[in-house]
Amino acid sequence: MAKTDQSKSRWQRFLDNDIVYSFFTTPGAIIAATITFIAITAAFAAPLIAPYNPFDPAQISLWDGKLPPAWSDGGSSAYLLGTDNQGRDMLSTILYGGRISILVGIAAVFLGMLLGVTLGVISGYFGGLTDTVIMRIADVQLTIPGILVAILINGIGRAALPLELREEFAIYVVIVAIGLTDWPQFARVARGATLVEAEKEYVQAAKLIGLPKFTIILRHILPNTLRPVLVIATIGLALAIIAEATLSFLGQGIPPTTPSLGTLIRVGNEFLFSGLWWITFFPAIALIILVFSVNLLGDWMRDALNPKLR
Amino acid sequence: MFYFILNRLAQALLVMAVVSAISFSLFNFVGDPVNNMVGQDATREQRIEIRQQLGLDDPILVQYQRFMVNVAQGDFGLSYRIKQPVSQLILERLPATLELVFASAIIAVFIGIVLGVFTGIRRYSWVSKIIMSVSLIGVSLPTFIIGIGLIYLFAVYLRWLPSSGRAGVIELGGWKTSLLTVDGWRSIILPAITLSLFQLTMILRLVRAEMLEVMRSDYIKFARARGLANRAIHFGHALRNTLVPVITIIGLNIGGLIAYSVITETVFQWPGTGLMFIQAVDFVDVPIMAAYLIFVALLFVVINLIVDILYFVVDPRIRRGGS
Repeated sequence: MAKTDQSKSRWQRFLDNDIVYSFFTTPGAIIAATITFIAITAAFAAPLIAPYNPFDPAQISLWDGKLPPAWSDGGSSAYLLGTDNQGRDMLSTILYGGRISILVGIAAVFLGMLLGVTLGVISGYFGGLTDTVIMRIADVQLTIPGILVAILINGIGRAALPLELREEFAIYVVIVAIGLTDWPQFARVARGATLVEAEKEYVQAAKLIGLPKFTIILRHILPNTLRPVLVIATIGLALAIIAEATLSFLGQGIPPTTPSLGTLIRVGNEFLFSGLWWITFFPAIALIILVFSVNLLGDWMRDALNPKLR
Repeated sequence: MFYFILNRLAQALLVMAVVSAISFSLFNFVGDPVNNMVGQDATREQRIEIRQQLGLDDPILVQYQRFMVNVAQGDFGLSYRIKQPVSQLILERLPATLELVFASAIIAVFIGIVLGVFTGIRRYSWVSKIIMSVSLIGVSLPTFIIGIGLIYLFAVYLRWLPSSGRAGVIELGGWKTSLLTVDGWRSIILPAITLSLFQLTMILRLVRAEMLEVMRSDYIKFARARGLANRAIHFGHALRNTLVPVITIIGLNIGGLIAYSVITETVFQWPGTGLMFIQAVDFVDVPIMAAYLIFVALLFVVINLIVDILYFVVDPRIRRGGS
């Protein structure tokens, strides 16, 4: 990596990188990355591109409630994917809801990563009793399915809050619950990478010249654990988005005032029996596409970044 | 062997101690238990009296010890909301969950093994390719979306099956079952399929992988050379040898089924322990939450302990590493 070839342009060198090469030769990865990119951009640009603001009462009219999609009988061209029971434009609510889902997913994975990598690197570098205790906790947590752990932590977190704050802080409780569910995966991978790196000569050399432990961990070992951690983070993002959607669907997650995709599916589910299928169908499709493309991206990354994990 | 089991047992006890401590602390973290029992218009004196009756003024360790003694005797206290003993509520709800898990396990194991064997033997057939692609989608779909889809198709659109609830329950020696009536069967089909899909896919993929591996081995070639019928080779020789890892996975996944039943029971309003737990969380019914926490932890600890010991018995390599 350190050897630079001056005869080639920066762009050429970028293209020669093994990861970039693998990316452009895997059609699945390109498609997945494109969809993920579009979804994330659309979600973050929701206030700019959404036809309506579903949270602005001035833009909602109850008269336009329960309209089917534009192409079916009774649909209006003003609302491409129809409207929900309150007259909110489905396309706009999905864009705004997707934003919450993605934000919560990223924040939760980031929290899990921070916690897991810190504990994993400490565990791998110091070994001994610290290692045993941390990895035992991780093992025990991994034996219980993640979604159950998330429901439990989320339930405890909600219950610990006073009633009037519960809705306001719901989103943070969900992030913490999923983050605390995620960490063992990161800890395991970071610990494994640390064990390998700590044996290498450059770390021995750094120890010999008397660098403080903190510097060795932060400057030398941590950067080298990032590749496998990135793989886990991508796959973890898909799982975190599913976990958030599940919590919200169970009524334990994001409240309907600022709905995520899971909340939208939950709300729409109540209208399924009256034949208003579109209120739950389109958010569900959006969720499936989002999760599927992030998953595909994760699969490719696992193959490209870390052949050993295969 | 003795040391190994003792070691695992100690770990299991440690886990249970930690989990019960968490459950116990729930009572103190989450609201004031006295408030939950007497309501708004109790006088100060009444509150103090109840606090003393409940022993809430005792040192925390004494309270913890009392909690543990009660729990060990199966006494989790009264539900805040329904005012009934929690253990009785759980026992009432348990048959529904167990029947659902049982039905799902049967579906997952039976169909999973059949499809796994088929895709393992006919690897390149187009049917196998379709099965594998569908199974890939099945893994990445969230459970509740599968449930909603099934409800819409079979209950709303085709009107073949009920969309929710547990119908046709009859009592049989203290066990309320819904597996003996037509209505009961109709109402369990959709939730059982929803719950089983994920496990079914896992078993399918595992059996297929094991079959592919075994079919390459020498003793299968030898069996062919002996001129045995395909049926005898596939089922008598190949399948039998794939079953050891499959049985382990099935054992481990029973816990997963119970965990995911929380979601499935909510989607289908199935009156089991999972739905009870979600409702308890909604109403901050701490005794039920604490009891469910301990119940689930105990379940997983026991399953893991059994699997660990089974591994130990089956695989001599662990025996050497363990001691």
